[in-house]
Amino acid sequence: MKPLLSSRMVLGVFIVLIAATPLVMSPFYITLLNYIGLAALVALGLVLLTGIGNLTSFGQAAFVGVGAYSTAFVTTSSSFAWLGNSPWAGFIIGLLITSAVALILGAITLKLSGHFLPLGTIAWGISLYYLFGTAEALGGHTGMTGIPPILVLGWVLDQGYEIYYLIWAFLLAAIINTKNLLDSREGRAIRALKGGRIMAEAMGVNTLYSRMAIFLFAALHASTSGWLYAHMQRFVNPTPFNIHNGIEYLFMAVIGGASSVWGAIVGSSLITILKQWLQDLLPKLFGQNGNFEVILFGLIMIIVLQRAQNGLWPLLAKLLPVQHELKTINPHAEPLAQRTLPTHGEVILEAKNVTRKFGGLIANNNMNLTVHAGEILALIGPNGAGKSTLFNQLSGVDTPSSGEVLFLGKPIGGLQSRTVAAMGMSRTFQHVKLLPTMTVLENVAIGAHQRGHKGVFSAAWRLERAEEERLLAEAARQIERVGLKELMHVEAGSLALGQQRILEIARALCSDPCLLLLDEPAAGLRHLEKQALADLLRRLKAQGMAILLVEHDMDFVMGLVDYVVVMEFGQKIAEGLPEAVQQNQAVLEAYLGGVE
Amino acid sequence: MDAQIALLLSQDGITNGAIYALLALALVMVFAVTRIIFIPQGEFVSYGALTMAMFQTGLVPSTIWLLVILGIVVVLLDSLALIKTKQNQKLFKLLGINLAYPLVLAGLLYLLPVKDMGMLLQTLFTLAILVPMGPMLYRLAFQPVASASVLTLLIISVAVHVMMVGLGLIFFGAEGLRTEAFSDARFEWGMLSVNGQTLWVIASFFSLITALYLFFERTIYGKALRATALNRVGARLMGIPPALSGKLTFFLAALIGALSGILIAPITTIYYDTGFIIGLKGFVAAIIGGLVSYPLAAGGAILVGLIEAFSSFWASEYKEIIVFTLIIPVLLWRSLRSHSMEDEE
Amino acid sequence: MSATPLLQVKDLSVSYGKIEALTKANLSVNQGQIVTVIGPNGAGKTTLLSAIMGLLPSQGEVTFDGTIEKVPEVERMVSRSLSLVPEKRELFSDMSVSDNLVLGAFQRYRNGQRDYKDTLEEIYSLFPRLKERQHQLAGTLSGGERQMLAVGRALMGKPKLLMLDEPSLGLAPLIVREIFRIITELKKRGVSILLIEQNARAALQVADYAYVLETGQVVMEGVAHELSDSPQIIETYLGLGGKHQAILTT
Repeated sequence: MKPLLSSRMVLGVFIVLIAATPLVMSPFYITLLNYIGLAALVALGLVLLTGIGNLTSFGQAAFVGVGAYSTAFVTTSSSFAWLGNSPWAGFIIGLLITSAVALILGAITLKLSGHFLPLGTIAWGISLYYLFGTAEALGGHTGMTGIPPILVLGWVLDQGYEIYYLIWAFLLAAIINTKNLLDSREGRAIRALKGGRIMAEAMGVNTLYSRMAIFLFAALHASTSGWLYAHMQRFVNPTPFNIHNGIEYLFMAVIGGASSVWGAIVGSSLITILKQWLQDLLPKLFGQNGNFEVILFGLIMIIVLQRAQNGLWPLLAKLLPVQHELKTINPHAEPLAQRTLPTHGEVILEAKNVTRKFGGLIANNNMNLTVHAGEILALIGPNGAGKSTLFNQLSGVDTPSSGEVLFLGKPIGGLQSRTVAAMGMSRTFQHVKLLPTMTVLENVAIGAHQRGHKGVFSAAWRLERAEEERLLAEAARQIERVGLKELMHVEAGSLALGQQRILEIARALCSDPCLLLLDEPAAGLRHLEKQALADLLRRLKAQGMAILLVEHDMDFVMGLVDYVVVMEFGQKIAEGLPEAVQQNQAVLEAYLGGVE
Repeated sequence: MDAQIALLLSQDGITNGAIYALLALALVMVFAVTRIIFIPQGEFVSYGALTMAMFQTGLVPSTIWLLVILGIVVVLLDSLALIKTKQNQKLFKLLGINLAYPLVLAGLLYLLPVKDMGMLLQTLFTLAILVPMGPMLYRLAFQPVASASVLTLLIISVAVHVMMVGLGLIFFGAEGLRTEAFSDARFEWGMLSVNGQTLWVIASFFSLITALYLFFERTIYGKALRATALNRVGARLMGIPPALSGKLTFFLAALIGALSGILIAPITTIYYDTGFIIGLKGFVAAIIGGLVSYPLAAGGAILVGLIEAFSSFWASEYKEIIVFTLIIPVLLWRSLRSHSMEDEE
Repeated sequence: MSATPLLQVKDLSVSYGKIEALTKANLSVNQGQIVTVIGPNGAGKTTLLSAIMGLLPSQGEVTFDGTIEKVPEVERMVSRSLSLVPEKRELFSDMSVSDNLVLGAFQRYRNGQRDYKDTLEEIYSLFPRLKERQHQLAGTLSGGERQMLAVGRALMGKPKLLMLDEPSLGLAPLIVREIFRIITELKKRGVSILLIEQNARAALQVADYAYVLETGQVVMEGVAHELSDSPQIIETYLGLGGKHQAILTT
């Protein structure tokens, strides 16, 4: 067995290599490394956006342009003499303009399907390129010259190897910030964007905010890269900021491996070096000048996406035996604030004459039911009886055509599912929705999202560790409560179905609810798993939780619940104590079929 | 501006708008059937225009060699499985379409004096070269990942686009070309003066729309494409293979793209990379229709054409900026109209 | 069983990620037979049909009409005359009833059989209701009509084996009766049927042979009318517990 390296050691080796490089490499390679660093800064943002957040942008080059042109203007124009034409003022102004543009673009596209953002960024990338080329104040197609070098603590960075340190320091900070962000409360929300948005919303995450945060994050990194570029080159013109460079940045992220921060570095190194080499070779081959290397990049891209969707990094990572660090839980962390549970018998949830029509189809007809604190109510009925539709009304996912649903006395029709979650209702899903590559602990911690408040910036700079400790401790507590303690650090996708359903309950409990809605929790479970589930529900009930469960399996329900409501054809056909319902002729008919 | 200039600009706007409308319809169709956002649509426009232009300068268009190469790659990828399973009939069909056809076409182009054969035959030859590339492209770039997310398909689409632009530069060089007009006629009705090329564009627009309508409404293959767009699982259960729908859709998209290029080439000088910008204007229109509505997309395209024409009069330097910034209010409008959270993939 | 079965499934397994939804299932359907698969929700019934049809990747062997399919592929299975009416019906809701039906014959049309207009008339004679509504959009039909359209559309492909996934799902009793009348009628016409049903009593009544599926495994099988009397069946599948057997048999 190969010795395992800790990720700290890897980072350490990386830093030493960066620091030592200028001592041994010739200026040509330093320049190349500068370009790689600048590109990696942009690609890193795309990793977060594309590989992790399931969004993408082709307009990152335009953000690089905003950063470069902002500082070029601020440091050369007499109208900014009052700021001393300082590069650092240019940096800040570039970031501000970038934020404004990203916020506008994000606000209008992020509510729509994921593909509208990239389309919007293509259009914006092209517009901005034309603007750089036509605006006289920005020098038109010839661009702007005379940009001063950056001054750091009296040190003038006007040599390649000098700005090299600044570029790679920024990149290193960006890598560390990104890794920190991903390993936090906001980071879990971001990682849920890919394939878990509905679940995340139900757990109280504002996914629109998370999407906006990563788009902004990516844009600001691109802008920073532009600022560094402008002061390295000391002049700017529109060419490096056109849409095709924007596409190239995306290629770097995807080819390198968009699911890992290191993929950004692999991809930008590969593409930058290849480009350097091909730009000498290809024009000779074709006898004319032009960006022929993109033909090859496009081809590599297609092959990567067809054969190795996660890019090159995972293949390289296999050669590097980095140890996976387990999260430490501090059992003495101060517990999170808890809501006071309603007193036993208090009405928690009430459906009043709920009717839901889809076109001419009546899925729910005049349904009434009441759930009390400390009680388990089962909603049962054969397949297609309209249970799921009613469940959606009760959980606030869908709004009744007429009638209303009251939770703790307040109507929940039309509310966002995260608002309903904040009110104290939490749920599980009929088809288990969890993030298979995240650990059980991380999955469960998503449930506590609304019990923490620190934002993305505190996460990036690790200013939220105290809160994070409390959140993880709470998650661990809930995992213990449902009996999955041994599996806490295992990937959720490797659990058996029964354990995954239990995990969902732990996640729901993590939001400190007073009502649990469980959608067919026993479906597909084996006998012993069903017993374990029933025991857990009994324990929760004894602790004062109100539980509503939708079930198909009568056997599971009997002997567990306090009250049963039976549905068929969208209507209530019976209700009462389990024993009474069991004897009901209409119920037997519904379950066994009435065909003679 | 007086009324005459306004009329002239409107005429320009509508002519270009009709072409954007064709492209927008193709984009909506491709997205509905395959979920691919077909960025290379624009490259078919420039390939169409420049292939036609090469015919008119008496050259054999290099695009024919792209067709030959694509065909060979398709044969290499697909023939082995067919030989193994002894599906001879399918093998012959594969070789016929992807190997024999491009080679025979190449032979014809070298033997026949295409330069002197008139515009109609030149148009046919241009289409004969470019349209089969549509299905080949689908086979090579998209078919292996047909069930991937919209985002992955979009990224592949962009990769195909940059490849085609790069190849376009090799094929056609950096110089822009303009083709002869289909008609030099001019018609005067009072203040309105209409040139023949405009009428050609409008007439082609309507005949193509009618043909597409009949295809989708009356033929079983057309219905199969609509069915695929409506319900992918249902379509597969009817034995409509996604690969067939994909290739058929790309065939139509390539046809529409190349034809649009041939129509626009006498009006505008086309460079190897102009198609992208033209295609994107089709996109702005398609987005007005939310990538799903055909009539809204067509209406949006005319609007884009008109805005472009009028802004070229008032602020010609900012023409492109105005057109592409138009996407912002459009997206804003769509965003305000959408309430529910969009589906996840 | 004497003759070679029309459909024979051997050790068929399906997993979603690390969860196994179907474990080494074995079953067969003979020519002209109605075979039913019953079992509780989440037992893997739909997964079984999807795997046979080739909609899901699976391990094992499916022999249909004499040819072994290691990995069934939907289009090939359809062209070899296997039809599935899925639980969700999967109709083309924005297309007319007649267009939906015509597409049912797509695979045959593509293989050169252009007689879909005759088949269409046969379907209309079986479902006069569909003929009345032939110009209506499929999305505007009622639940029962949708199920008829789904069955009719599958029959347009002239299947040797028709697989029905929960055909009575969500339908009112009168319509369920109608659906089962049609199933019996189809059997008389020589169509073999693999039926998945939650309505156990009805399914066991029309079927010749039955399998019981639980947590992805075939736990019981037998002649349908014998199974329908088995107390074990009632407990396993209906989930009512043995004590209710008395109520059931009265």
